[in-house]
Amino acid sequence: MINKTVKNATEAVADIPGNCMLMMGGFGLSGIPENCIQALLAKDISGLTIVSNNAGVDDFGIGLLLKKRMVKKMISSYVGENAEFERQLLSGELEVDLIPQGTLAERVRAGGAGIPAFFTPAGVGTEVAEGKEIREFEGKLYLMERWLRADFSIVKAWKGDTSGNLIFKGTARNFNPMMAAAGKICIAEVEELVQPGELDPNQIHTPGIYVQRIFQGENYEKRIEQRTVTQ
Amino acid sequence: MLTKEQIAKRIAKEVKNGQYINLGIGIPTLVANYIPKDLDVVLQSENGLLGIGPFPTVDKVDPDLINAGKQTITMVRGSALFNSAESFAMIRGGHVHLTILGAMEVSENGDIANWKIPGKMVKGMGGAMDLVASAENIIVAMQHCSKDGQSKLLPECSLPITGIRCVKKIVSDLAVLEVSPEGGFILKERAPGVSVKEIQARTSGKLIIEGEIPEMAFE
Repeated sequence: MINKTVKNATEAVADIPGNCMLMMGGFGLSGIPENCIQALLAKDISGLTIVSNNAGVDDFGIGLLLKKRMVKKMISSYVGENAEFERQLLSGELEVDLIPQGTLAERVRAGGAGIPAFFTPAGVGTEVAEGKEIREFEGKLYLMERWLRADFSIVKAWKGDTSGNLIFKGTARNFNPMMAAAGKICIAEVEELVQPGELDPNQIHTPGIYVQRIFQGENYEKRIEQRTVTQ
Repeated sequence: MLTKEQIAKRIAKEVKNGQYINLGIGIPTLVANYIPKDLDVVLQSENGLLGIGPFPTVDKVDPDLINAGKQTITMVRGSALFNSAESFAMIRGGHVHLTILGAMEVSENGDIANWKIPGKMVKGMGGAMDLVASAENIIVAMQHCSKDGQSKLLPECSLPITGIRCVKKIVSDLAVLEVSPEGGFILKERAPGVSVKEIQARTSGKLIIEGEIPEMAFE
């Protein structure tokens, strides 16, 4: 099997330039590539366009990249948990493209699957539909949405092997599999990196063909946004 | 007037055996607490889970297991996990039978506004636009009036719309209403102690009153 292992996050993101388009997996803070975010923070780049469902919180996740003013534009569905984000948005320092969550997921999926556009009912009759082609199919209106692709996609998985096969855990899967396929170069950080043959082929969520670089991450904080418990 | 818990309790009576259900953030999340135990239903979380269970005990908290409100949760036996594209495939594909969500405004033709207040911080629509564009049955949980007493059941929404002609039923703190396919809110039930006259005064959209309107029953 092809060995895609890189040493660590620093090596994995070394050639990511400023002003490029990046995808990052995760829903809230669940399933975000913590190690690569730290490695990006250490780089002197800016002008990034980031496709991610959310924008992290003030002091964790993508929020850290925002704080360092590395981000030019966010393409997201919900960005409500971040005061620095709000400040930059209101002052015009940051652009935001808000997209219905299912449309975002499907645009990324389409990007990885070679489908340049598709029709969805989400957003018909709303401001999301402005400037988009609307077409009627069997009596219902749909609007045309285009694919999303990126220069780099960064995903986080639970387990992976050196050839890039990935398995996710719980709801930390979310946008990661589609983003893996939609990045020209996909970087995968995993909690446990194993040799080919150690993962059951029946259980692979993302086949290694989509992954160009993989490494075992460290010190996962996995911060929880809303710790809700039963007594 | 109903409390938030009572609104959730009343909505829970709309749930039918065998349904797959998506519950929005806020009052809709509370509905899960009141679904009768003898019904077999499955709760969908749009971040990738069918089979939401109760909040975990402290020792079972798992950061890799959250709901769409980013709260830590558990899975019931027989759950299924999937990615976000698959999640919205089941939503747009009409496989989720019932969507319960909150609203800032609903119009008499069933339009809903719940994602944006111009001039205030825009947080995003999340999955709401996909859900309302596709669900076969949408029930809205909401306060009948704003804090300053303005009706939120209107002839037309004044806020940016989330979806058009999609709301089927509303449970507010004052009443249960159905949206007529011809337009208008059909008054079905009153909250205990609330008169038809009061509901009429607090509904600025067209209110349809047919016969005696019963009071909601709570066990």
